[in-house]
Amino acid sequence: MRLREDFPILKEKIHGKPLVYFDNGATSQKPRAVIDALDRYYRAENSNIHRGVHALSERATAAYEAAREKVRHFINAGSDKEIIFVRGTTEAINLVAQSYGRSFLKPGDEIIVSAMEHHSNIVPWQMLCEQTGAKLRVIPINHDGELVMEEFRRLLNDKTKFVSVTHVSNALGTIVPVKEIIALAHERGVPVLLDGAQAVPHLRVDVQDLGCDFYAFSGHKMFGPTGVGVLYGRRALLEKMPPYQGGGDMSSLVTFEKTHYNVLPYKFEAGTPHIAGGIGLGAAIDYLLALDWDALAAHEHRLLSCATDALASIDGLRIIGTAKEKAGVLSFVLDHVHAHDVGTILDQEGVAVRAGHHCAMPVMQRFGVPATTRASFAFYNTTEEIDVLAQAIHRVRKVFG
Amino acid sequence: MSDLDELYQEVILDHNRSPRNFRTMTHANRKAEGYNPLCGDHVTVYLHLDNGIIQDITFQGSGCAISKASASMMTAELKGKTEAAAHELFEGVHKMLMGEDGAEGAAQKVGKLKILAGVCKFPARVKCASRAWHTVNAALKGEAQPASTE
Repeated sequence: MRLREDFPILKEKIHGKPLVYFDNGATSQKPRAVIDALDRYYRAENSNIHRGVHALSERATAAYEAAREKVRHFINAGSDKEIIFVRGTTEAINLVAQSYGRSFLKPGDEIIVSAMEHHSNIVPWQMLCEQTGAKLRVIPINHDGELVMEEFRRLLNDKTKFVSVTHVSNALGTIVPVKEIIALAHERGVPVLLDGAQAVPHLRVDVQDLGCDFYAFSGHKMFGPTGVGVLYGRRALLEKMPPYQGGGDMSSLVTFEKTHYNVLPYKFEAGTPHIAGGIGLGAAIDYLLALDWDALAAHEHRLLSCATDALASIDGLRIIGTAKEKAGVLSFVLDHVHAHDVGTILDQEGVAVRAGHHCAMPVMQRFGVPATTRASFAFYNTTEEIDVLAQAIHRVRKVFG
Repeated sequence: MSDLDELYQEVILDHNRSPRNFRTMTHANRKAEGYNPLCGDHVTVYLHLDNGIIQDITFQGSGCAISKASASMMTAELKGKTEAAAHELFEGVHKMLMGEDGAEGAAQKVGKLKILAGVCKFPARVKCASRAWHTVNAALKGEAQPASTE
């Protein structure tokens, strides 16, 4: 496959065998275009942004702001003032919880999340509940790993003041019907945040079409660098929210009597940001937008169905997460074999998977398993690699008798 | 023997399939919980300590083959031992798992438990094998907090 040539790491050998990288849900690999952008930045552009009068600072500022515009275009936000660079999805959600949540939530108010959230879309809200006296409500999931929408309708009430749900589940692969959730919440004037960390590598996201109020995602799961992510927020909401952190760049005039905050998006970007990361993320977007997304989506769909068929035929293997709408994530458990043992044996065959609770312990509880093994796909994976995975699982069976 | 065969030796697989002393203990006078936040695995170790001697030791919990086998072998080894001997064994096992002792050194100090020596070649799995030991250590010290291996 020609695209594989763009990812130098895919040529690595693991324990003497070709790397089969199925841990894309944890972090994706980086194309040469991104690696080169980081290299170029540090070699020819490195300087602090928004403050230097010298040419290099102007160059770095222009590159960083160009990346912001690329992000805006990528998710079709209305304005680049709505694109806030953060460290990642986790920081984006914490920003909203602390800035919006602490300003506008009161004791007795309710926040709704779902039972398939990553810990980073649970804990910030629990912290907010402790700080404000608000209460957390949870939309249950059914046995296939789909949200029970009737329960969501029942949970929505006059006390509901915020809804925060994942777009695609990291542990199960479920694609959540977020448009329906947003429509129902908006009927009551309740803002909605979507955790898009697992969605942006697989789906074309249009925040205006979705109609969400906030959208959070990480660069490193969409072929960009680690340490940089994005919070999209509707301008009207961002305008009335106080800053998240204080420091340089977020303030326009500082005296000991009073500080004037900077305009959007800088109000939420205190301190020198991950400039190289932002530029690298822009390079990842350029790379992605040059690809044929319909063809990639069809390929990923083929990978998922091929893997599902191959694994479902293995004795004693149970797939966790069988929603009708799924992205490229396959979680499974093997009878009498713990996920860690599976992970270790697969690694010996060169196959990298995630073994554990995937930072979604409530999901594990829901399915009554301590942990799962998760294979998560990207467009550079192949059906031949799925054969290697299936063979490696047979080896696990052999070791455990 | 390959690293993998060394890790999953028959004795280990047998302890995983039929763990020894795998039950709660009503007459326990020491108890501690071990927990690995990384994977959510947990173990509870029950001790009946009398005159500085481990009269009885059992465990409960869920985890991978390595953690279960390690806990099972640990209970079999520690039954009837003094607290001081248990501490000494803990030190020996710890060194072996961290690869700090050669195979010979480990064998001399930990007896049958040397079968776990292969774990040191799998750094990501060392905590699986050491968790039960950290937990029993906490139980012997009478610590109330769960023993985390993180």
